[in-house]
Amino acid sequence: MSGAARKRLVTALLLAPAAVWLFLFLVLPFVAIVVFSLGERAPAGGYQPALTLAQYANLPARATAFWNTLLLAPAGALACLLIAYPVAYYLALKVLPQRRLLLVALIVIPFWTSLLIRTYAWMYILGGRGIPAWLEMIGLPELRLINTPGAVLLGIVYGYLPLMILPIYISLERLDRRLLEASADLGATPFSTFFGVTLRLSLPGMMTGFSLVLILLLGEYLIPTLLGGGKVFFIGNALVDLFLQSRNWPFGSAIAVALVAIAVALLLAANRITARLSGARQVDLL
Amino acid sequence: MAGQQTLDIEFRGVSKRYGDVTAVHPTDFAVPKGAFIALLGPSGCGKTTCLRMIGGFEQPSTGQVLIGGTDMAEVPPHRRPVNMVFQHYALFPHFDVSANVAYGLRQIRPRLTSSEIGRRTADALAMVQLAGFGARKVHELSGGQQQRVALARALVNRPSVLLLDEPLAALDKKLRTDMQIELQNLQRELGITFVLVTHDQEEALSMSDVVCVMNGGRIVQLGAPDEIYDRPADRFVAAFVGKTNFLDGTVLESTDGAARIRLANGMEISARQSGAVAAGAAAAVSLRPEALRLGAPAGETGLSGIIRNRIFLGSTAEYAIEVPLLGTLLATADHNAAQSDLLKPGDRVTISFNPGAPLAFPASDNKTSQRETSHVEVVS
Repeated sequence: MSGAARKRLVTALLLAPAAVWLFLFLVLPFVAIVVFSLGERAPAGGYQPALTLAQYANLPARATAFWNTLLLAPAGALACLLIAYPVAYYLALKVLPQRRLLLVALIVIPFWTSLLIRTYAWMYILGGRGIPAWLEMIGLPELRLINTPGAVLLGIVYGYLPLMILPIYISLERLDRRLLEASADLGATPFSTFFGVTLRLSLPGMMTGFSLVLILLLGEYLIPTLLGGGKVFFIGNALVDLFLQSRNWPFGSAIAVALVAIAVALLLAANRITARLSGARQVDLL
Repeated sequence: MAGQQTLDIEFRGVSKRYGDVTAVHPTDFAVPKGAFIALLGPSGCGKTTCLRMIGGFEQPSTGQVLIGGTDMAEVPPHRRPVNMVFQHYALFPHFDVSANVAYGLRQIRPRLTSSEIGRRTADALAMVQLAGFGARKVHELSGGQQQRVALARALVNRPSVLLLDEPLAALDKKLRTDMQIELQNLQRELGITFVLVTHDQEEALSMSDVVCVMNGGRIVQLGAPDEIYDRPADRFVAAFVGKTNFLDGTVLESTDGAARIRLANGMEISARQSGAVAAGAAAAVSLRPEALRLGAPAGETGLSGIIRNRIFLGSTAEYAIEVPLLGTLLATADHNAAQSDLLKPGDRVTISFNPGAPLAFPASDNKTSQRETSHVEVVS
């Protein structure tokens, strides 16, 4: 066998497991979903072959789930970003190197416990026997926290903050300190240096974190279920409802396809904005 | 010492410690306005720390740094009248060439008009021969071009002092030589003070008016390039600046400025000395390779040896000559086409030199490390 052919074979063999995996568990299911979305609900539930766009025309019936998701997912990602940036900045640029590892570990450690358990804890804290009860004890009026959009947002920020901190931290940690010195040397105040250099050059990290959190939030199911009750529901909740309760597979599939389309559109937009703002190199998120 | 107004930079008892490590021992020195001074030394000698204290990126542990007669203790980098060309340039990757150069102009308050910024940016780019490169991305430029952008960016605000941190280290030899000439010309045209940090002695000697040799956090010698080369203050400077041979010997007699020395092979020579060698002590005699003349063997007198190696360098050739009891000496000879095959490895040669060439130092030169403060001044 020639060297080049051998090299190609080795490459193919190395990529094969991932390719097979992606084909079986991403491409095939997605094709199935697209096919389902063009079909009809069988009388007893499930899927019945057809070729109609009726399911897509029916999407507005679930407008609330879309609105909740499209409002709270970006808002949650944005809130994470605003809270994560100062933390990442402090970790990367201000903390003594010998303490840095410990602090990064403290951010990662909550991941070792299931999100389900941690969200249950919030359910208790925000619920009737939690903060509202404590406030009543000191004589404040009754306050409703659980099952509100605010509770869902809080849960989102709590659950996804580490995912936002880490990529921003990495991009700030890699930032060439001499660029900051050069900026100061050229007469820029610390304020101008931050907005002119630091922030601009950490944009790729911000965008990676934002996209990562946003994608996960678009499919979020657990947090709205536990902290939003039946009142604040996401597309994820609608999908569970359609596939498992009312067994309307075609409509569920149409919603799933719409969700994928929205996610792709948002990512492309984010990618384009980052590339334009950070100038130099194209950032690949997809 | 020159008057206060004509000094651009002054160190008064400046030192820098990092924990237990002393990077710069208490140092006094002054740079007159319009000088081109090179801080020369091996890595870790404190030269970059000195430069960074001028730029304001490091605070001295003791003493004062003055720029234009003003104490800079409370002045942050962005308010100092100096600009720096950083090692590896530190150009902003998210800006094009124009935006990099204009960066300093955009920080000026009250704001300059955009036409003023555009004009001065174009002037600065023209000055470094990069007119028309404004719209290029930084990463599209060659190393030499990036170097010029860094220079234009640092000069655009018309600083009173330009700091250069190993500016040519990343360039290849040919480009480096071109840039050396260009930097010298720029300095003369603009008349502003240049402070160059380098570990390259050739660069320091060829470009600057004043060379400040540093070692172990102290200034070892400060003087004109030829002075540094011909009259090195100690053994370290003699070895670091240029190439030299050290011959072991014993001091027979030491008078003011000269010494009689018996070399390890029994030969007696007279050598210049800077005052530190005492009669009876061991000495090291420095002889520059270009001071040695090679000739055909003639009897038993003088130095003679066998050529062990020849490195041909084009206009010159370097010979490694093994001399009994004195070790291997390096000699540089001009290349002469007619004689090029005269000397070859294995040949026996005699070595001669002018009486003024040898320079004697104490054999174990502790002068530098024992001195607590170094006090040197430049007189303009």
